Amino acid sequence: MELTKEQRIEMYWMMLLARRLDERAWVLHRQGKIAFHISGIGQEAAQVGAAFALNRGEDWVTPYYRDLALMICLGYTPREFVLSLMGKQGEPSSGGRQMPSHWSLRRANAVSHSAPVATQACHAAGIALAMKMQKKDQVVLTTIGEGSTSQGEWYEAVNWAAVHQLPVIFLVENNQYAISVPQEKQMAVRSSADKACGLGLEGLTVDGTDPYKVYEVVARAAEKARSGNGPTVIEARMYRITPHSSDDDDRTYRSREEVEEHKQRDPILVVRSRLEQEGLLTPEQVEGMEARAREMVDDAVQFATQAPYPNVEEGTYPVYAEEVRHD
Amino acid sequence: MAKITMREAISQALWEEMERDPKVFILGEEVGVWGGTYAVTKGFYDHFGPERVRDTPIAEAAIVGAAIGASMRGLRPIAELMTINFAFSAMDHIVNEAAKMHYMFNGQMTLPMVIRTVGGGGRQLGATHSQTPDAIFAHFPGLKVVAPGTPADAKGLLKSAIRSNDPIFFIEHATLYQTRGEVPEGEHLVPIGKSTVQRTGRDVTVVTYSKGLEISLKAAEQLAKDGIEIEVVDLRTLRPLDMEPVLESFKKTNRAVIVEEGWLSFGVGAEISARIYEDAFDYVDAPIRRVAQKEVPLPYNRTLEQMALPQVEDVIKAVKEVI
Repeated sequence: MELTKEQRIEMYWMMLLARRLDERAWVLHRQGKIAFHISGIGQEAAQVGAAFALNRGEDWVTPYYRDLALMICLGYTPREFVLSLMGKQGEPSSGGRQMPSHWSLRRANAVSHSAPVATQACHAAGIALAMKMQKKDQVVLTTIGEGSTSQGEWYEAVNWAAVHQLPVIFLVENNQYAISVPQEKQMAVRSSADKACGLGLEGLTVDGTDPYKVYEVVARAAEKARSGNGPTVIEARMYRITPHSSDDDDRTYRSREEVEEHKQRDPILVVRSRLEQEGLLTPEQVEGMEARAREMVDDAVQFATQAPYPNVEEGTYPVYAEEVRHD
Repeated sequence: MAKITMREAISQALWEEMERDPKVFILGEEVGVWGGTYAVTKGFYDHFGPERVRDTPIAEAAIVGAAIGASMRGLRPIAELMTINFAFSAMDHIVNEAAKMHYMFNGQMTLPMVIRTVGGGGRQLGATHSQTPDAIFAHFPGLKVVAPGTPADAKGLLKSAIRSNDPIFFIEHATLYQTRGEVPEGEHLVPIGKSTVQRTGRDVTVVTYSKGLEISLKAAEQLAKDGIEIEVVDLRTLRPLDMEPVLESFKKTNRAVIVEEGWLSFGVGAEISARIYEDAFDYVDAPIRRVAQKEVPLPYNRTLEQMALPQVEDVIKAVKEVI
């Protein structure tokens, strides 16, 4: 379970790539080239830590819309992401049918969620139920924002998983805000992990800006789930550096000073300096990574820009698995 | 052929499909030890065990949500919602997830699942326990909505539903469970999305389904005494809707009455009459009439409840109006 040096560097690379891709999405939106973007800036560390704790490709993931870094770790490519932002043909999740960041990637066992929040928690319980019935040595990771843990469906799913000791990890990415509503108006407990004790399962809180700590906690929860000892709720604490989405202005609900303060503690900066201090990375190597990320993001944008839009007639199917006539 | 009740027919379909395919399992409130609120799964728990007949927490969203998750993994869950009124608590999973997942995944994920539920009024269970909101579910592309009116169709359609790779919303009518009819034993499949003529006649086409079929067939008996022969077309599936037998019949009779238990406005009757006007306008000899529930939340008191529900007399009156 101990991470190798190479893995720790790889984790930083994934964080960095997701960040640069996310930043470019904001630029594309400002340029009027995409309709919508919802960001995961500031949340990469926890997502990468959790992803590395999984048996990627075997385990299942029901993510939420800020999980770009998580998806990148599951093999979602920058080209595929920009195709989805632009709603282009060949986009692997849905061929331009689903909204961007409502991730699905069949080859990675990642399943899309609904617009009303917390649906993915129920799906995770069902997937885990099937895994248990099929006697598979797999787990489900499901992620969610702290605001969405107010939803009834989250409690229904966590309760169910606890009753049946299902192999689920409920990861709460607590970025302090729902859209504009802060945590203290969302719950009376200090951490959403505290809610677990009322439902009879373990709840843990971890620093979500430290990918290696998150890795440790999620890896332990995965191990526990695999050995038949049931689900865990984990809250990873972090800060959402950007507005909720490209449709809101966060100056209306939080001060610039507050955001600036958190930017100083940006996990990308913190992890980088830590790896440099430990002698695992030199500034030159980081520069090399930055150049590689830029190149990949540029390539993705160029590729997606040139890709065709779906043909109009593609929009009428596939509504059903079996053929249905609509005459 | 054996004459059995609708309840027995549904139970038989479930039993046979669970014996046939180990991937099929049932989950829902009270379905296990107790055997289901309408006793459809009585004896299943002892025979198939707690793994395949799962009592769940009272959590409708999680019941349907978990069925979605399990079906993604290739199992064939049958989620029972104790009544259709409780489906509203799971609405997001039904209409936003089950109905859309296949399309939103561009076909990469199929959901071979059935949601079995019980609808309908007439048992004095009050406004939030007696609804017939079938048309709401039929509104959503991606769902298939099935509502049988006879025991044989209930068995054959449910078996087809369990074998289907699409999410099926299967509506049983609470007052039809005791209805008896001839049901073929063993392998009996009725295709989803096929309407059928349940009684032939030359004068008026009556289009209906589920409880409406019982009412319409009773009306037919009485009308026959007055020399009026109605042709009763049973839709059986609301989505995908099969209009062929309806239009064929209408082109013969040139008159139609639509009978449903749900409310009149924006209901099944509105859809059927619109399609007849669109596709058979040249054959119309009289305005199409609709018989449906009065536009009130269904009252508890028996007299009030029966006032609100469509009656045999309403069908007879409507038929006589179009002749």
